[in-house]
Amino acid sequence: MSARAQRVLELADDELILDWRDSERTGIAPTLEEDVAFSSIAQNEIGHARALYELAAGELGTDADALAFDREPGEYRCAQLVELHLMDWAHTIARRYLYEEADRVRVEALKRSDDAELSGLAAKIDREETYHRLHAEMWAARLHDEPRFRAAVEELWPYALGVLDPELRPELARRVGLSVESTQAVERGEHRPELAELWSEMTEVRRSAPGQQW
Amino acid sequence: MVTAEAVWAALDEIPDPEIPVISLVELGVIRDVQVDGERVRVELTPTFLGCPALEAMQRALTEKLAAVGAQPEVAVISDDSWSTDRISPAGRKKLRAAGFAPPAPRAAGATTLVQLNSKTFRCPYCGSTETRLENIFGPTPCRSIRWCASCRQPFEQFKTI
Repeated sequence: MSARAQRVLELADDELILDWRDSERTGIAPTLEEDVAFSSIAQNEIGHARALYELAAGELGTDADALAFDREPGEYRCAQLVELHLMDWAHTIARRYLYEEADRVRVEALKRSDDAELSGLAAKIDREETYHRLHAEMWAARLHDEPRFRAAVEELWPYALGVLDPELRPELARRVGLSVESTQAVERGEHRPELAELWSEMTEVRRSAPGQQW
Repeated sequence: MVTAEAVWAALDEIPDPEIPVISLVELGVIRDVQVDGERVRVELTPTFLGCPALEAMQRALTEKLAAVGAQPEVAVISDDSWSTDRISPAGRKKLRAAGFAPPAPRAAGATTLVQLNSKTFRCPYCGSTETRLENIFGPTPCRSIRWCASCRQPFEQFKTI
């Protein structure tokens, strides 16, 4: 697999798995407005994942659904930040905030790519992500002085660093006011046990009827 | 013999699948039409990538092109070429008449919370700018929810992208 396909799959898998985690708030968010917000963000992330999978699929001779659902859990390239099963609000918002900040740094770098297809798609994604970032910023500002939120951000910080390649991490640290030096990043490659549970649920329908068109 | 003008006119009859008051041409998602004899290639650019209407749009375009006697090719271009600025003046008028506030023009930088909370968004029902943001997100990825303090009416505001 080319370095380009690997890079695109990392991003696509992050968006797909986080989409799943965000959609776990549908119906049970603390307020109706947040129920709508998390559901809409999740829907948009799935669109990003699909466009990215299609980009990788062209190169790998497969299709977006096969990449999203037919791989084994160990073959996904997502960061552990998106795998965590977090159901308390402080951690949920801390992850959204840290992920959006990390994703902003990554997408900015992709927009500068010489690869026109990739930079074009990154520019499109970046525009839409603006609204996800505003949502995260609004909550981060609202919870800024809340000790449970600060503790959640610090707890998830090593995972947030693992979303990015090492050379992009200082920019993320600068943006969120935390340090790269004193932190051991949770790198991509290993997966948490929660991913296999999520995968089992996410692919259940497709596995139950192989080859079926929906 | 199919002409580009005839194709554009035919595509202007295809309603947006989610907001059928405006056509795909008025929405600005048809980026290009190329006619080569019977073959017609149409470039479609998605509004939001998370929009589930994309496949319905592709299908409607293919059917319409076949109906005017063309061999259709519909290419989806996922780059930054679509903006809410591409919605035509006629399309904006129809949106407002249907109770959807049209998008504000795209600014130089990314949209900010300060902008979303400013008094520039007009209620599509009474025209007042005494409106406030209720939720950045709404029933579809392309819309936010606002509240008009003048006529006490919630309404859907197109996001600017």
